[in-house]
This record gives sequence, structure tokens and C-alpha cells, in this order.
Amino acid sequence: MSFLTDRKRANGLGSSKSGTAHHWQMMIGSTALILLVPLFVYVFGSAIGLGYDDAIAHFAKPFNAIITGLTITVGMIHFRHGVQIMLEDYVHGHTRTYLIAGAACLSYGLIAVALFALARIAL
Amino acid sequence: MADVNRGNRPLSPHLTIYRPQFTSVTSILTRITGNALIVGTLLTVWWLIALASGPEYFECANAVMTSWFGKLVMLGSLWALSYHYMAGLRHLWWDSGRGFELDKAKTLAIVVVAGSFVLTILALLII
Repeated sequence: MSFLTDRKRANGLGSSKSGTAHHWQMMIGSTALILLVPLFVYVFGSAIGLGYDDAIAHFAKPFNAIITGLTITVGMIHFRHGVQIMLEDYVHGHTRTYLIAGAACLSYGLIAVALFALARIAL
Repeated sequence: MADVNRGNRPLSPHLTIYRPQFTSVTSILTRITGNALIVGTLLTVWWLIALASGPEYFECANAVMTSWFGKLVMLGSLWALSYHYMAGLRHLWWDSGRGFELDKAKTLAIVVVAGSFVLTILALLII
């Protein structure tokens, strides 16, 4: 038997009030990706198959390094927000919380690794 | 208390009760391609950090990247990226309040699917 009152149990069960900000973030991010993705496909596609020295020289070019870094950063933030919606649809309870947190760790982790790699190659 | 059925209420009807339609399948594919792109991203970032780590490690990652498995992942990712790109454009179009009429929605679905293959082939030709 719970000692919580009905009022107390219902408190905070409304909307998160962050949905509009979430959607706006997705619109801004995807608009940026409209430009970034084709450039990245070109930059990364022309790097596959290169030898070690050529690949290093390729990503040492400022344009290639910046496009790669930007696309992975914006893309992973886009992924973090998108995967959150999927998890909220299909997963419930604590598992949902852990998976959303895990997806955020993965997204930001991949951004950090990619930027570190680019810095080491380009500088 | 007043609410005896707490935590045991039925959820709203979801995917399983609807007959799949062309338009709904293209919408579901948007989510599948978007989330599946994490596989290609993992391979890409691993390849990048290997390149930054030196020639020996790069040989290993590059061998995986240029193997049949790596090529399959990259080709699949290229199509998934193309599809998600087209579907994303459709979402932004919808966000402007346009394209919801039945015939227009069907046309948009065809454009998304056709466009995904056109973009994939275009990218392969240019690279």
C-alpha cells in the first residue's frame, strides 16, 4: 500500500515540454547535413583504397579534414537525437533510460575519437 | 487507491496492427536506414583512428575496409545514406506543411525510393 497521494503520483506525468526543441534541433541538424553529406561522401569515398602515405596526405588537407570532422560531429548529434526517439517508441522503463544514455556515450565517443584522429593526421 | 490498474494499461495500437502500405514502408525504412548507419560510422571512425595510429594498424583496418565485408558494409551504408538523405528532404518538405495529400504522398514515396538508387549510382560513378 502506497502512502503517496493521487495528486503526488500524477505530478510530473505530463509532457516533457522539450519536444519542440528536439524537433527544431533535428531540422537544423538535417539542414546542415544536406550540404555536408554529399561533400563527405566525395571526400571519404576518394580516400578508400589509397595507401598509407596518400591517405595521410588526403586528410591533412584542411578542406578534407574540416568536412570529415564536421560531418561526423553533426551526424552523430543527429544520430543521438534520432535514436532517442526510436528508443522512446519501442523500449520502456529503466532499460530505455540506460539505452538512451548509452547511445549518447557512443555518439559523443565517436565524435571525440574521429576529431582526435583528424587532429593527429592533419597537424 | 483510486487508480487500481496503475502500470497495467494497454498501449496504443502500434506497427503490428496496420496493413503495410508503400508509403508506410518508406517511412519505416527511414528509421531503419538512419539507425543502421551506425555500423558504417563505426567502421569509418575505426579506419580513421587506425590511419592516425600509424602504418601497421592502418594496414589492418584498410584490409578490413577493402575486403568483401568492408565493401559490402560501405555499399550498404552508401545506399542507406542516400535513402535517409531523400527521406530527410521529404521530412523537411512535410515540415513546411506541404505534400500531405494522398496522391502527393504516394509520389513523394516513389521519389524517395527512386532517388536513393539514383544518388547511390551517382556517387559510385563520381568516386
